[in-house]
Amino acid sequence: MMDYEVNSSSNERNCCSCNSCMEDDRTREEMIMKIKEYDFSIIELGLYLDTHPNDEKALCLHKEYCKKAKELKDKYQKIYGPLTIYYPCNKWRWLEQPWPWERGNF
Amino acid sequence: MWTYNKVLEYPIKIKNRNPQLAKFIISQYGGPDGELAASLRYLSQRFGMPDQKAKAILNDIGTEELAHLEMVGTIVHQLTDGASPEELKQAGLGAYYTDHGWGVYPQAAAGYPFTAAVLAVKGDPIADLQEDLAAEQKARATYEKLIDLCADDPDVIDPLKFLREREVVHFQRFGEALRGVQDKIATPKFYMNSMNNMNCMNNTFNNISNECNNDNNCSNN
Repeated sequence: MMDYEVNSSSNERNCCSCNSCMEDDRTREEMIMKIKEYDFSIIELGLYLDTHPNDEKALCLHKEYCKKAKELKDKYQKIYGPLTIYYPCNKWRWLEQPWPWERGNF
Repeated sequence: MWTYNKVLEYPIKIKNRNPQLAKFIISQYGGPDGELAASLRYLSQRFGMPDQKAKAILNDIGTEELAHLEMVGTIVHQLTDGASPEELKQAGLGAYYTDHGWGVYPQAAAGYPFTAAVLAVKGDPIADLQEDLAAEQKARATYEKLIDLCADDPDVIDPLKFLREREVVHFQRFGEALRGVQDKIATPKFYMNSMNNMNCMNNTFNNISNECNNDNNCSNN
């Protein structure tokens, strides 16, 4: 009993002490919402930079959101399948998740 | 080249079917100030732009409009999905159902199909960017009218508000691109050269053409 408790708490600590495990615990909806937020920030900063290409702060933010979006999309696609056909899979998972226009999708 | 992303630009989750609203909102899919017209307008005009910023902004806004086209299509789909033919008929979509069933067809609210006659590609950066500014304002006004008509459903109003805000941002960016093109055209060098030529012409008429060989003398006249 004691052993089990010790093991379980240490497993828990190992699992939750890293950020990547926390990320994995997110539901699909939470992840897709975050992806939308990052993608929107990138689109908005992109348009702004088209007419203000020398704005250092916007350039820095664009770089940061691109990095965050890429990391989260890699994580999402590993679990839920591809967001674009440029993500390789061992089986064709493009058909698995509902399409964006379908009711109940995010 | 484009890559499809299997996500909407902004979330749409409409709980209650409402084919009456779909009948109006479809205008932003294939109507005169709709997203299809916007996207085709910008993506076609970009080929004739002389300025790097103008090319980029038309390319990137034209691309975002395709994402908006998908959003409007999604709203129409979710408002009509599962409706019976009788329900569609009650909503004034009997004729639509006859020709298009539950598909989303690019048409205006009044029923006429999408036409490229609603957009222009003049091949002139000033004329085209001025048209784009007007197009964004007309789309903004259309979304406001649609929001008025959808007052009872927050699920529909929320994405419409997002789309309305994007029109305002696009207007801003097109304005900046237009100013860039105008500044380029109105550079002092271009202006002074043509003025010098005009002064030289006047001087010639005044029989003091010799002075025109010297630019300083010419401009002091």
